[in-house]
Amino acid sequence: MRYNSIFDIIGPVMVGPSSSHTAGAARIGKTTRNIFGRVPTRAEITLYGSFAQTYRGHGTDLALVGGILNLNANDENIVRSFQIAKDFGVEIIFKTVAEESDYHPNTARVCLSDSKGSLEVVGISVGGGKITITEIEGFKISLSGDSPTLLVFHHDRFGAIAKVAQVLACNEINIGHMEVARRSRGDQALMVIETDQDLTNETIKAVKRIDPEYRIALIIP
Amino acid sequence: MKYRTVAELVKLAQEEGLSIGQTVMNQESQTTGRPREEVLSNMEKSLRVMEQAVEKGINEEVVSRSGLTGGDAKRLRDYAKSGQSLSKGVVLDAVNYALATSEVNASMGLIVATPTAGSSGVLPGCLLAVGKHLGSKRENMVNALFNAGGIGFVIANNATISGAAGGCQAEIGAAAAMAASAVVELAGGTPEQCSQGAAIALKNLLGLACDPVAGLVEVPCVKRNSMGAAVAIVAADMALAGITSVIPCDEVIEAMYKIGTMLPSCLRETSLAGLAITPTGEELNQKVHNLNKE
Repeated sequence: MRYNSIFDIIGPVMVGPSSSHTAGAARIGKTTRNIFGRVPTRAEITLYGSFAQTYRGHGTDLALVGGILNLNANDENIVRSFQIAKDFGVEIIFKTVAEESDYHPNTARVCLSDSKGSLEVVGISVGGGKITITEIEGFKISLSGDSPTLLVFHHDRFGAIAKVAQVLACNEINIGHMEVARRSRGDQALMVIETDQDLTNETIKAVKRIDPEYRIALIIP
Repeated sequence: MKYRTVAELVKLAQEEGLSIGQTVMNQESQTTGRPREEVLSNMEKSLRVMEQAVEKGINEEVVSRSGLTGGDAKRLRDYAKSGQSLSKGVVLDAVNYALATSEVNASMGLIVATPTAGSSGVLPGCLLAVGKHLGSKRENMVNALFNAGGIGFVIANNATISGAAGGCQAEIGAAAAMAASAVVELAGGTPEQCSQGAAIALKNLLGLACDPVAGLVEVPCVKRNSMGAAVAIVAADMALAGITSVIPCDEVIEAMYKIGTMLPSCLRETSLAGLAITPTGEELNQKVHNLNKE
């Protein structure tokens, strides 16, 4: 089943004009911002396919920037998100790849950065405001952003996944969906853990204690 | 959810002695594990957004970002007030409210996607017009929204609600089926009659191409929303009269999906055929495109 809730059908509440080109774009922006965890100083956004062809008319650009500024798809301030970005001192750069490519027609690649670091996320808008994050820092994944999600950048070694799952179990957090991606055996890896319950700061700290080298990010739907 | 088809949904409602709306609400609460109060209040919030969009659309001359559409909802309302209109009462109200919502959508105003933003006018148009006409209680309006959601849920999971995948029949067609079923329930029809209303509405929008001018959710989308509302109200009336669709609702949904896959991609939201490439369509495309470059 592609749709699991009635609110996927009666909803989202959103600013128009297109659930895929506006609401979905806002969610891609917001999810990326969530993972980045702070206001960036620079956002470089590449639009592919249909996004690239029609982004101005659909306010896809406004919605993406709105999302990066932490606005929800139903926030009427999305219409003035470029001005808000300016006020926050966020430099915005848009690029387009309109010709046919291997990417889904509604794809956006968002690169956020500041003096402390950078993050690259690829998201697609699959219709009705629903999205799939297909890439984080080059790791190929498939993430809906519908549930609270814990991202753990770790080293691929035995027991790493079990230890994180153990912490979640001890905190009575159920895993609804999970996947692991790695660059190669024993190399850098990424755990994507969608949970049924919200994750508290204590839980996140407990995961961090497993290995101080873990980089952790949280997606709040 | 305990239902995958409209037939299963109708059966479930009949077995439990509930309306389709109540059945869908219960299922939503059980499946997602969210309390009934929370589920109901979320839907109530959506109803309020729908009402606000209609208010805005009929009272203000909302103009889209491109300038291609706008002001028609107010125009139609003024005309309706003159008493000269041919389609009077509920039908004209539904058409008017649908137009209003679609115009608000095109202006990047706040709406509820039902099932998509491009088809967001049909359901609120019908529901608010019929609710006003019948003097319906708010809780019944909310229930009717769950009813619509249940029909849309089946269409979305067994066929498609995306214009890019199935043409405009998947968006306006689905929205009209949802709206017809919802207003049948609001008017006191049975679950079976709801499914007949949905089938009749969807049947009559089969084959509808998605050919937006300049790639925007405006021409012909805005007016197709109002026409979808008219189809839905008439289909609901037929169902309430006891008329049945010879082809059952689930088979109509399947037919819609198959027609969608047979439609060439140029008629599925690519703006490469149909109204989009008429001389005026091309001209407007150039105009919008140049406007964007500035």
